[in-house]
Amino acid sequence: MTMDALKHSLVPKHSKLSDNEKAVLLEKYAAELKQLPRIYGSDPALSSLSVKEGDIIKIERASKTAGIFAYYRVVTGN
Amino acid sequence: MKRLVRKKISSISFGIFSPKQVVEASTAKIVTPELYDREGYPVDGGLMDLRLGVIDPGLRCKIDGGKLKESFGHFGYIELARPVVHIKFVRTILDILRSTCKSCGHILIPVENAKRYMAILDKVGEELGFEARRRKIKVIVAKYRAKDKCPHCSAKQGKIKLSKPYNYYEDEIRLSPIEVRARLEKIPEEDLPIFGFKSGEFRPEWLVLTIMQIPPVTMRPSITLESGERSEDDLTHKLGDIVRINQRLFENINAGAPEVIIEDLWDLLQYHVTTFFDNAIAQLPPARHRGGQVLKTLANRISSKDGRIRHNLAGKRTDFSARTVISPDPLIGVNEVGVPELMAQSLTVPERVTEWNKEYLRKFVVNGPKKYPGANYIIKPDGKRKTITNETKDEILEELDVDYVVERHLLNGDIALFNRQPSLHRMSMMCHRVKVLPGKTFRLNPAVCNPYNADFDGDEMNLHIPQTEEARSEALILMLVETQLMSPRSGLSIVGCIQDAITGNYLLTKELVMSREEAINLLFSCGVQDFSTLANKEKVNGKEIFSVLLPKDFNFKGKDKSGNDVEIVNGELNSGIMDKANLGQESGLMLRNIYEKYGPSYTATFLGQISKLGIGVLSRRGFSIGLADVDLSDEAMEEIREVVRKAEEEAYKLIDMYSEGKLEALPGRSLHETVELRILEALNKARNKGGDIGMRQTKENAALVMARSGSRGNALYIAQMTAVVGQQSLRGKRISSGYKQRTLSYFKKNDLSPAARGFIKNNFKSGLTPYEFFFGAMTGRDALMDTALRTPKSGYLYRRLSNAMQDLKVNYDGTVRDASSKIVQFVYGEDGLDVSKTKGGELDVQKAVESAIEGKK
Repeated sequence: MTMDALKHSLVPKHSKLSDNEKAVLLEKYAAELKQLPRIYGSDPALSSLSVKEGDIIKIERASKTAGIFAYYRVVTGN
Repeated sequence: MKRLVRKKISSISFGIFSPKQVVEASTAKIVTPELYDREGYPVDGGLMDLRLGVIDPGLRCKIDGGKLKESFGHFGYIELARPVVHIKFVRTILDILRSTCKSCGHILIPVENAKRYMAILDKVGEELGFEARRRKIKVIVAKYRAKDKCPHCSAKQGKIKLSKPYNYYEDEIRLSPIEVRARLEKIPEEDLPIFGFKSGEFRPEWLVLTIMQIPPVTMRPSITLESGERSEDDLTHKLGDIVRINQRLFENINAGAPEVIIEDLWDLLQYHVTTFFDNAIAQLPPARHRGGQVLKTLANRISSKDGRIRHNLAGKRTDFSARTVISPDPLIGVNEVGVPELMAQSLTVPERVTEWNKEYLRKFVVNGPKKYPGANYIIKPDGKRKTITNETKDEILEELDVDYVVERHLLNGDIALFNRQPSLHRMSMMCHRVKVLPGKTFRLNPAVCNPYNADFDGDEMNLHIPQTEEARSEALILMLVETQLMSPRSGLSIVGCIQDAITGNYLLTKELVMSREEAINLLFSCGVQDFSTLANKEKVNGKEIFSVLLPKDFNFKGKDKSGNDVEIVNGELNSGIMDKANLGQESGLMLRNIYEKYGPSYTATFLGQISKLGIGVLSRRGFSIGLADVDLSDEAMEEIREVVRKAEEEAYKLIDMYSEGKLEALPGRSLHETVELRILEALNKARNKGGDIGMRQTKENAALVMARSGSRGNALYIAQMTAVVGQQSLRGKRISSGYKQRTLSYFKKNDLSPAARGFIKNNFKSGLTPYEFFFGAMTGRDALMDTALRTPKSGYLYRRLSNAMQDLKVNYDGTVRDASSKIVQFVYGEDGLDVSKTKGGELDVQKAVESAIEGKK
């Protein structure tokens, strides 16, 4: 029996940022890639996305006080 | 004077001295364990050699000519007769030995792979930093360690073991430090980077000492005792041991002594060198003084609680601070702290003399250090400090002029920081205004006990006096108690009325009626002087009196503790009772609303007034508790007995069903667990019901008033005193252990009845049977142990947490970042809200809009 982890109610939506969005994000926070939080490329939540190192993943989490809260992570090796 | 050379440091690199560097950096070779000659003069070539620096007044350093405290001292060295392993590098040496070839010295990685690994390492190092590179090196080296054949010269490799603390064995044969060093010497330069060593700057054989550096005497000064005897520093003692054994080893080797004796001495030398670096090695007995006291050597100077870091650097002591026992004073404001006069005389505030305050400051100097509002020191414009004494007073008064600074005694209204450990949150250190009082304890308003988590069972607190204008204004603006009223945890008021103040207001707003004169007397006692808003009647009721304190344009709708409406319209308390729900700490929205509308300063004053009102009411009315307060009416007693009887009946019914096998198990539980759970539930329900009955009484009494107003106690305590103490439970279950299949020998085996498993049917007033008392003692002991064990555990947990998060901060762009500007949260708390400015963590948008519209009108 297998199940799709991505469909679980506690797994927030993960999506890949385009190069353009990536540039905007880094500009907005005046941050370099290595200052962002990280995520493994092998993370199960990314199984349906094709990602490579250096991509930024947007995670939209449900928040009690803020509605939807966007968090960003940089893909690192394995 | 020496000429100063200013240079900017561009980089620092840490490494290990080569034997050559040690010799080059040294000024003296140490050859004799003797310290002083017969005249008490340091021996040349001894450990106190004058070339190593001076610690005696009058002598000069042979190297730089400096006197005591002028010369920093210089390093020396000793040549070890036989090499010795450096204890702090045993693991490194082990790793190297294991992963290099015993015959050719190459690393046990094939040439082609080695290149690849180097590339990976460089990449990791560049991307993730030095730490990650180190970890990667460990992984790579570990992979090849198990190889038993050298890929370069095909030599067979032995298994190398470390026998703690510092002996190496290859296939059960001991490798002497000489052999170890020989192997390390064989490792070719080009293999070093894979281990993470910088080639050209480091050689692995340096980890086995042949030359030892001797620290300058200035870092191991001897002290002269009163008797004139000299007492040497622990390090000097240890070095003496090393030099002595080293000399003996030299002599024995030269005399061609048998190998056993040399081995023994060599081992002893290894021990002394090891304990010189670290005297707290698990497998070694620590080196001791003759008296048995453990020597404090190099590593012990730095590490652990009384080491340099935690004791001297992180634990510096401060001037202008004081500590004493605290005690309560409800009559001083929440912003104030009572300081004993004695302390006020030694804590001082520097005040600069100007033309305008010259006469004012002169008065303090005239009083001197012994008469209270006096002064202890003056500081001249050239920075020299002068003590004020009876002898110097006249002279000082004569010269005192503009630009002098007078360090005067603490006065009422001065700024102080007040703190109680453990300082777990920012409210653990707040700014108070000083109020000098007689006595020997710090006084604080009981309402601020909560943020400090203080009580008066012997707690002590610290006081600090900021010394500069900048520090004082920072403290005042950022840390004053009134600015900390709203909790950053819940957004509710963390200071509020407690105990008597709540009880008093509860009684006042609930039922009291008094004459107008009495009311005015009461109000005046809490600082009200304008009575025009007090209803102009012969008799005024409590709500009207309370309303006088409320601002006239204040409107509020809320609930009291028992769920009834509380309504304030235009500063009149129309309905409802003031109890813990609205006045208490970390509850109640009334204080919060006042704070929102009228600001910190008003709220602090208001809080002071209502607590004084509550206390005033109680001291006029009288309030005490006695045995009669836990009496119940006959009907209530009967009712409770009935409830308990029924619960017991149910329990017996469950037991019967269980033993007959008719009981159905709850999902995921065994039959036995089910019956236990259901009995527990039934009995607990009985106690709660008993408590409700107790609380329902119509006749007011002190215990009930306290429970209802929320100032002290609750329904459970009332129930335990008046009705039933109830089921005693250990770890969420009824008491089951003790004897074989029973709790006490008084009961039959396998008796599941309530009484046999810790149900206390009596109440505290009627008294407990012996076995009931024993069950009570069991749970009591358990609770005591639990708190005693949990407190340090959770304290350590919190320490780790706060240390891990200490440099996180919210930046101007709203992100939370650590010290290296790595982002932790993109918006603080995911919503960017300051909780202390919200209502339970959420913004009340409706209210904000309403007040904005109102403001426009």
